[in-house]
Amino acid sequence: MENKKFNFKENTAQALLDSRLRKNLKFAMGAMIQKRRAVFSNAQELEKLRVLGNSIRRRALSKLPELLEKLENKCTENGIIVHWAETTNQACEIVLEIMQKHKADKLVKGKSMVSEEMHLNKFLEQHGIEAIETDLGEFIIQLAGETPSHIIVPAIHKNKDEISKLFHEKIPGTPYTEEVEELNAIARKTLRKMFYEGHVGLSGVNMAAAETGTLCLVENEGNGRMCTTVPPVHIAVMGLEKVVEKLEDIPPLIRLLTGSATGQLITTYVNMITSPRKAGEKDGPKEIHLVILDNGRSKILADPQLRQTLQCIRCGTCLNHCPVYTRIGGHAYGFVYPGPIGKILTPQMEGLEKAGAMTTASSLCNACEEVCPVKIPIPELIRRLRNESYDLNGTVQGHGYKKHFMETAAWKAWELVNRIPALNAASTKMAGLFGHMLPKAGPLKEWTHTRTKPVFAQKSLHETVKEQGVAHE
Amino acid sequence: MNKNRPEKVYFFGTCLIDMSYPEAGMAGIRLIQREGVKVIFPPDQSCCGQPAYNSGFPEEAKAVARKQIEIFNKDYPIVVPSGSCAGMMKHHYPKLFENDPDIKRVRAFSSRIYELTEFLVHVLKIKLADKGEPVTAAWHSSCHAAREMKVIEDSKSLIRQLKNVRLKELENEHQCCGFGGTFSIKHPDISSAMVKDKIEDIKNTGASIVLSGDCGCLMNITGAMDYHKISIKGQHIAQFIWERINGE
Amino acid sequence: MNDNTRTRIFARLESAVQHGSFNISEPGKPEIPDLDKKQKIDLLKKNMEAVRTQVHVVEKEKWIDILKNIIKDKNINSLVYGPGTEIGTVLEQSLGEYREKLIKYDRDIEDFKSIIFESDAGITTTLGAAADTGALILWPDEKEPRLISLVPSIHIAVLKAENIYAGFSQAVEKQRWAEKMPTNALLISGPSKTADIELTLAFGVHGPKELIVLVLD
Repeated sequence: MENKKFNFKENTAQALLDSRLRKNLKFAMGAMIQKRRAVFSNAQELEKLRVLGNSIRRRALSKLPELLEKLENKCTENGIIVHWAETTNQACEIVLEIMQKHKADKLVKGKSMVSEEMHLNKFLEQHGIEAIETDLGEFIIQLAGETPSHIIVPAIHKNKDEISKLFHEKIPGTPYTEEVEELNAIARKTLRKMFYEGHVGLSGVNMAAAETGTLCLVENEGNGRMCTTVPPVHIAVMGLEKVVEKLEDIPPLIRLLTGSATGQLITTYVNMITSPRKAGEKDGPKEIHLVILDNGRSKILADPQLRQTLQCIRCGTCLNHCPVYTRIGGHAYGFVYPGPIGKILTPQMEGLEKAGAMTTASSLCNACEEVCPVKIPIPELIRRLRNESYDLNGTVQGHGYKKHFMETAAWKAWELVNRIPALNAASTKMAGLFGHMLPKAGPLKEWTHTRTKPVFAQKSLHETVKEQGVAHE
Repeated sequence: MNKNRPEKVYFFGTCLIDMSYPEAGMAGIRLIQREGVKVIFPPDQSCCGQPAYNSGFPEEAKAVARKQIEIFNKDYPIVVPSGSCAGMMKHHYPKLFENDPDIKRVRAFSSRIYELTEFLVHVLKIKLADKGEPVTAAWHSSCHAAREMKVIEDSKSLIRQLKNVRLKELENEHQCCGFGGTFSIKHPDISSAMVKDKIEDIKNTGASIVLSGDCGCLMNITGAMDYHKISIKGQHIAQFIWERINGE
Repeated sequence: MNDNTRTRIFARLESAVQHGSFNISEPGKPEIPDLDKKQKIDLLKKNMEAVRTQVHVVEKEKWIDILKNIIKDKNINSLVYGPGTEIGTVLEQSLGEYREKLIKYDRDIEDFKSIIFESDAGITTTLGAAADTGALILWPDEKEPRLISLVPSIHIAVLKAENIYAGFSQAVEKQRWAEKMPTNALLISGPSKTADIELTLAFGVHGPKELIVLVLD
C-alpha cells in the first residue's frame, strides 16, 4: 500500500550508514531494556504473569465473534455508537463522515497505531481536515513530516538537537532551545490551545472489556485524556483483536503492557471509558464512536499457528530487544509496524509478495520471544512465513512467491548431501581439499565484506575420529 | 534431564565442526572419554537440519532430521557440542514431526539430547585441574545455548573451575553476534553491524581469547576480528578446556 | 454503517474460530499479598513518590490544615472543586482565609472551559488506590467532573487510608466494578509526564505538573 517500491535491502543499507540513528537507537533501546528489567525484577512472578497474559489473550481470541458481539451490545447499551470496517479505507471514511456531520475541520489525536495503519492523517488532509497529533512523540514526527519509527516511542530516532531545530523552524515564534523542559513547555502551550478549541477527539484503544463495554487507554502525558474528555465528540479506533472477555482481565494485561513497554509499574493514567456524558455530568464527550477495524485480522485468526500474532498487546518490547531493529530503526522496515512483531504482522496483512522480505531479516536469536509479555512465539512464526514464501500450497496471501528462486533447488541439494552419507563424506572432503580455493563470490562475497573467509579443516571430524579409533558401532 | 551416569554416549559432531572445527569435536569426545564413558560416533551422521528449517524448508529439514533419528537409534544419551544444534534436536524436532506417525520416536530421541557442557556438569560432574598459564578469557553466549538450551551457567561454571583463567563477561552478553546461519548471508550488512558491536564489547574486556560453545558464532566473530586485525583468539570451550587440563 | 460489512466480518470470524485448538489454559490469578493498612499506605507512598507524586499521610481531622499550607506554599490562587462532594462541604466550611480561592465546577464544561483552563489547582476525592502499582482510583461523576484532575497545573487528591487496596485487581473485585462501571474510571499514578525526547523525563507536558495526595489515616 504505502511504499510501492519497497526495497528492504536498500532501506537497511541506508539506515546502517546513518551513524547518528545508530547512536540514538543504541542508547534508547539500552535504556528501555534496563527499565523493563528493573520493573520485572522477580523472574518467577514475571513468568506467572506472562502465562496469565497469554491465557487471557488466547481465551479472548477463541471467543472473538462472541466477545465482539457482546462488546457491541454493551457499548450500544451504554450509548457508544459502534462502526465496523473491513478495510482501512472504510475506517477512514467512517471517521470522515463523523467529522463532516459535526462540521469539524480539526481532529485532535491521541497516539494510535491503528490510525497509523489507516493512514488517517493523510486521508483527512485530502478532505480538508487537519489532524493534530498531541502525543509529544507523534507531535514531533508530524512536524517533521515523518511516520513513527517505534510503536511506543515514535520519535525515538530523533535526538534533542534535531527536535530543537524542528520546533524552532516549524512552530511560529519559537526561540531555539535545547532544554527538554522548555521543549515540553512549548508543546504544552501549542497543544493546549488545540484542546481548548474543542473540535473532535480521536484515540486508539489499548484493550476493551466485552463484559462492560469499557474502552481502556493507557498513557503518561494526559493528552489522551484531553482528546477523550474535552471535545464534544470522541472517536475511538481499534483493531478487532483488542477485545478481552472480562473486566478482571484488564489489570494483569495492563501490568504486562506498561512494564514491557516503558518499564513502568503503571502509566500515569489508565483511562477507562464506558459511556458518553450522562445527564447531569458536566464534562466528557456527548457522543462517542467506536470504529472496529478488521483489515486482515479475521483471516489471520483462521490459522491455528499464525493466529498467535493477534495475541499482541502492542507493547513494543520486542523492538527494544531486537538486535536487528536496534541497528536499522523502524523506518527501514517500510511499513507501519516495524521490528519482530512487524515482521510477522505485516506480511500477513499486506501479503508476502509485498512484505515477505522482512521475514528474512532475523537471526532467529529468540530475544523477542523471551520478552514477549503474552508469549507469542515470534521466531516460530517467522519460520512459518519464510516457509510460506516458497510454499505453493500455503495459506498466507502471496504464498509461494519465491518458489522459482534458485534457493529451492539449493536446499534440495543440501538435503541430499546431508541425508546420503556417501555424498556427505564426499562434499566434506571437497570442502577440506578445495575450500581455501573458494572464490569470494556468491554468498561468500557478501560474507567477506567485513569478515575473513571461513577456514575448512584439512581433515574432517569424521576422518579424525576414524583415525583416532573412536568407536562407531 | 536424566542425570544417571551412562556407560556409553553418542556424540553428534555437527556439520560445522565436522568441516571447520574438528579439533573442537575431538576435544569434546576426549573430555567425555576421560570420565570413563565410552563415546560412539556414528559415521553416517551429518547435520541437524537447522539451516533448512530456519530458511523456510521444513520438508528438507525433516528428511535430514529423520536420517539422524535413524542413525542415533540406541538408547544412549546424545551429546552435542553446540547449543544451537542441540536446541534444534531437542526443542524443534518434536515440532517438526508434530503430525508425523513417528512423533513418539522423535520425542524419545529429543529427550536424549544434551549440550556438551550441560552433560559434563550435570551428568559427569567433571572436575577440572588447570595446568595452563594465567589468561583472561571473554565468554560469548550463543543465543540458542542461552535461550533454548539454557546452559550458559553450566559453560561458565566449567571455565570458573580453571584456576588460572579470569573469566570476563561481555556487556550485552545476551545480544546476538549476528551470525544466524543464512541470515548472515542474506543480510550481510545488518549482520556485520551486529558483529562489529560484538567484537567491540569483546575488545573492551581486555581478554586475549574469546570462548563460546557454538562454532557458528565463533566463525562469525573470529572472521570479523581477523578482518579488523584484532589479535584476539577465538576457541570452542571444549578445546580450550582440553588444552588447559593437559597443559597443551 | 454498512450491515454487509459487519456480516462479512462476523462470518469470517465465526469460521476462523472453528479451525484447530486455541490451547487455552486457565492459570490461577496472581497471589494477593496480605498487607495490613500501614503496609498498604507505605507501599502506595513508596510507589507514588517514585514517580514524583507528593504524598502526605495526615490525621483525618487535620487534612484541611495541611491543605491550607499547600495553598500558601504553592501560591495557589484558584482551586477548582466539585460542590456537593464529601470534601466540597468541608472545603466550603473550613478553608477560612482561603475560602475565596475556591472555584465551584458547577456548570457544563462548555461554559466553564475558560475558567478551568486558567485555574491553578484542582482538588478531588478518590474512590481508593492500588498499593502495588501506586495509583489512585477516581470515578468522576456529576458532582466531581473529569477535568478537575486533568486541566489545572496542580492536582490535589484526598484519599482515605481504608480505601487502599493491595492492587488494581483487588479493587476491581472488591468494589465490584463489573456491575457498575461509571462513565469514566481512572487510575492516576503521578503528574503528567513524557520521555519522548531522548528518554529524558519531563513533567507536566499536558496534564498537571504536580500531583499531591493527602492520605487520611
